[in-house]
Amino acid sequence: MAFRNEDDKTAYWKENISLLVKLLVVWFVVSFGAGIIFADALNEIRFFGFKLGFWFAQQGSIYIFVALIFVYMAKMNALDKKYGVDEE
Amino acid sequence: MDVQLLTFIIVGASFALYIAIAIWARAGSTNEFYVAGGGVPPVLNGMATAADWMSAASFISMAGLISFMGYDGAVYLMGWTGGYVLLALCLAPYLRKFGKFTVPDFIGDRYYSQTARTVAVFCAIFVSFTYVAGQMRGVGVVFSRFLEVDIVSGVVIGMAIVFFYTVLGGMKGITYTQVAQYCVLIFAYLVPVVFISMMVTGHILPQTAFGATLADGSGMYMLDKLDNLSTELGFTEYTDGSKSTIDVFFITFALMVGTAGLPHVIVRFFTVPKVRDARKSAGWALLFIAILYTTAPALASFGRVNMIETINGQDMAGTSYEKAPTWIKNWEKTGLIKFNDKNGDGKMFYAAGSIDDPTSANEVDVDRDIMVLANPEIANLPAWVIALVAAGGVAAALSTSAGLLLVISTSVSHDLLKRNFAPNITDKAELFYARLAAGVAIVIAGYFGVNPPGFVAQVVAFAFGLAASSFFPAIIMGIFSKRMNGKGAVSGMIAGIAFTAAYIIYFKFVNPAANTPDHWWFGISPEGIGTFGMLVNFLVAYVVFKITGDAPEEIQQMVEDIRYPKGSGAASSH
Repeated sequence: MAFRNEDDKTAYWKENISLLVKLLVVWFVVSFGAGIIFADALNEIRFFGFKLGFWFAQQGSIYIFVALIFVYMAKMNALDKKYGVDEE
Repeated sequence: MDVQLLTFIIVGASFALYIAIAIWARAGSTNEFYVAGGGVPPVLNGMATAADWMSAASFISMAGLISFMGYDGAVYLMGWTGGYVLLALCLAPYLRKFGKFTVPDFIGDRYYSQTARTVAVFCAIFVSFTYVAGQMRGVGVVFSRFLEVDIVSGVVIGMAIVFFYTVLGGMKGITYTQVAQYCVLIFAYLVPVVFISMMVTGHILPQTAFGATLADGSGMYMLDKLDNLSTELGFTEYTDGSKSTIDVFFITFALMVGTAGLPHVIVRFFTVPKVRDARKSAGWALLFIAILYTTAPALASFGRVNMIETINGQDMAGTSYEKAPTWIKNWEKTGLIKFNDKNGDGKMFYAAGSIDDPTSANEVDVDRDIMVLANPEIANLPAWVIALVAAGGVAAALSTSAGLLLVISTSVSHDLLKRNFAPNITDKAELFYARLAAGVAIVIAGYFGVNPPGFVAQVVAFAFGLAASSFFPAIIMGIFSKRMNGKGAVSGMIAGIAFTAAYIIYFKFVNPAANTPDHWWFGISPEGIGTFGMLVNFLVAYVVFKITGDAPEEIQQMVEDIRYPKGSGAASSH
């Protein structure tokens, strides 16, 4: 087994899931929240020449998607190291 | 030099490049043919994945669709990028650790069932064929418009090129060719938009330009002008859209989940050396995709303003048909622009409504698919830019076709032949059958490119709905629930597909007249029903699982093993 003990294995998976949930909440809030459900309300706010809801739907959510994956990558690599299950 | 000669030179040079790469990167083993030997660096794999993903539809059609849909176009923008977050966080690393060649491999092994594997194979083949037919058509359109060869020759030339490097190089050849194709297509996409952004607003970056003020000194924001124009001509506001919120929600979700469940996308993450590389290359892939996807809405809005002003004139009084710019005449020949001088004043006028409806002021019908290709001409850009866009469109179509054909050939030679009928086949023989299957698939795809079935556009909803309601839940449960069993997963997949397919078939084929929001369940269109199908899948799988009990101990052990990176070897067939 790759883990030092059973507890480590459970803890690793738990931390992984909690990271996933946090990132997926952001994923949902920027796209389905700001870009769709609350788009009309946010459209009252101006962001340069954009209505804010429209901007989230056609620009902002995409930038945040990219950032989410890189954050996930960095955090997971650190987590792998912490529990000694990385590939090096 | 005229446009046609320049197009020949630029498209020809790009073809020569692809072929040279294919010869350099030819495959010697099934491992190289299926997953490029598992040794592709993550950044390059990200680029190849981006080219694979961005098809003729993304390159040629998407900005045009957004241009006509306004805000509603966000379903494609978010749907086709947000899926990568799911892919990177929930699928790619684990499937890479699992370390097999294909999606049906995972489904078959995880659910210890030949039935599950076979269902997955047929879904993979169906989804890929749906897609590839549209790509060949895209190649044909570009060739016939810019090189003025007929569509048949255009498709045959495209087939020959793809045949050459797919059959020779397999995944290895495809991956390195796609890196080159990404560079060609992204450059070709950006150049005209940057030109137009500079002309209209003085901004270099299209992403900020369409939220900027106009360069004509009026101080008006570009999007406000577009909103005003749209309402004046009888459309809804550009930044508002006309779909219901629930439908936008469901379509976006179905496209996201469908993206994460598409076999030709997932298989890209089997080609990198390590689990951490799978995470990294998903990030790079989305970054490279985002460059095009954040540019597209800018192109869409500029294109719309330019188109309206060219047809209706600066004073919105209509322009004389006799003095129409050449692009209108050129596209009219292909049937993609139609003019019906209803009031007989010899002037063209564009507005909401149909050109055959006497109560509407609209006299010009513009096909959505031409916006990207016609945009450089509409904005009077130099001939080499137009030639570049043609090369970009071809690169997008070829790169996606190659990726899809590989999934088809792998499904046939590996999943069907080796796993079902001839388990003792040698590596060399399997490679031969893989190449043969790729060859046959190209010919079939080419046939559909020349004789497009009328339902190509309709079946795209199918491809995503099917992937969303079958593969995605099965793979997610396979990773995140150790105890989920084979019976549960198979019944879930079948229920999900059956429900989604029935809904789409009813509204698209059986009773297309009823395909209106009043008749849809909860206002969900057939494009968005995959989201519902996914929920059905999860629910049925859970109920059946509760009745039939946990998966066997060794399967639970396997699931625990794929949950951490250490010990991942290269992808293998055993």
